[in-house]
Amino acid sequence: MSASATLLQVDDLRVAIGESQILGGVSFRVREGGITGLLGRNGVGKTTTLRGILGLVPRTGSVTLAGEELTALPVHEVVRRGVAYVPEDRDVFAGLTVEENLRLAERAGSELRYPLVYELFPELRERAAQRAGTLSGGQQQMVALARALLNASNRILLIDEPTKGLSPLVVKRVVEALQRAAQVTTILLVEQNLAVARHLVADVVVLDQGRVVFAGDVAELIDDPALARRHLGLSATATGH
Amino acid sequence: MSTLVLLLVTGLGLGALYFLVAAGLSLIWGLMRVLNFAHGAFFTVAGYAGYFAAAALPGLPPWPSWFLAALAGTLAGGLFATLTEIGLIRPLYRRPVGQVLVTVGLALATLALVEGAFGSDPRVVSLPGWMTATTTILGAAIPNTRFVVLLLALVVLGGLLFFLQRTRYGLIVRAGVENRDMVSALGIDVQRAFTLVFTIGGLAAGLAGVLGATYYGTIDPSRGTAMLISAFIVVVIGGMGSIGGSALAAVIVALVQQFLNFYAAAGTGDFAVVLLLAVVLLVRPGGLMGRPPA
Repeated sequence: MSASATLLQVDDLRVAIGESQILGGVSFRVREGGITGLLGRNGVGKTTTLRGILGLVPRTGSVTLAGEELTALPVHEVVRRGVAYVPEDRDVFAGLTVEENLRLAERAGSELRYPLVYELFPELRERAAQRAGTLSGGQQQMVALARALLNASNRILLIDEPTKGLSPLVVKRVVEALQRAAQVTTILLVEQNLAVARHLVADVVVLDQGRVVFAGDVAELIDDPALARRHLGLSATATGH
Repeated sequence: MSTLVLLLVTGLGLGALYFLVAAGLSLIWGLMRVLNFAHGAFFTVAGYAGYFAAAALPGLPPWPSWFLAALAGTLAGGLFATLTEIGLIRPLYRRPVGQVLVTVGLALATLALVEGAFGSDPRVVSLPGWMTATTTILGAAIPNTRFVVLLLALVVLGGLLFFLQRTRYGLIVRAGVENRDMVSALGIDVQRAFTLVFTIGGLAAGLAGVLGATYYGTIDPSRGTAMLISAFIVVVIGGMGSIGGSALAAVIVALVQQFLNFYAAAGTGDFAVVLLLAVVLLVRPGGLMGRPPA
């Protein structure tokens, strides 16, 4: 990885749910600016890592944001420090309108980026009064991304598989939105679509069995078929290379 | 015809009481996933607080005395609920069995304490003269207390709907009913919303306690428990977390009870309500206006 300033530092993050040890001591750093990819096969702990950073699951270890320790804070305080989250299932509030979903994400004291949100997703303005539960999957993803992008005080966005289950056309929109978002904030991206990951990310962290097995440049990983096969279980052609 | 009108208005009055208790229960379950078996205790404590507040204000004219007693009872219900949430429920979040045990324990302890302190016999409450009179509608002599209970329940319904639809905390509560983890993940202190909802539920149950005393003309320690059972049925039929559903179900349950208990054998109405509950659970598990369970 490059020597740019570290924004998020994760050290020895461990999560156990019941008898299962999901994360067995994950450590990595995310540098400020741009998109860092968190990759790995299904079930290796990528989503749990994001939830562990936020405090949505009981965890031990250390998570610091710009040097400030976050692990002792409740979830809402972690978010108020500038960590936004876009979950895998989008988790829009189905019974609320699009406008209410966005209003809920507004944070006092934070500059609101409505112009950027509506520039990226103009249909959210058009569908402001529509219940989020009646939107298509792609539109729900736009609401979820818009909620995370809305507050300018958010310093890092944790985004979990934003292209999952979307049509190629919508994937393209989401990719463009992430590229634009990366110009104004830092993103830690979990992405199974390696073609998308390769296109978007500079640094990657690869998890396997709840541990980091690779951290470095994306090209170094994906352009090396042996490395890609070993860590991701895929051939180079499957990566879109 | 007059009997029909009397049963209808009396049933609506009873439904208003059910709604006031059920509204808080429904919001508390919807947002916090807490089955609050102590909710009937808020009703009981409020009824007694109102009774003793009125007794402590002997020189006042009847109407101001009733209003102040109603206010004291309502506030007592809200305060009791707030203390319950902070002292007993908060340490047990994400431990549902512990919450059930502690609220059942609190309900039983409150009942025993009230019985021990004031006896189990009903006590007659003093009401303004107009409330002890009747108004004739289509030949039916309707006790005026029914109108008071109905009117105040409608005010509470309107207030709750305004709170839920028009305020930021209402928005947080509606979102939290769907997914409270995601509410936290948006940087919102959902704990504060929990305390607020518990307090609102306690205030509504407290008002129901005072209005129950007004409706029946008496207070007794066990009415809160009976009211709680009916309110649970109302919440499930209406849909957990839905205020509109609670209002609709409260009216349905009360009218079914009133009409069947009168026209069929006594107790038939209560049996029919349980049957209705079973049918709703089978046909529409999320309740009339709730979301289907995941």
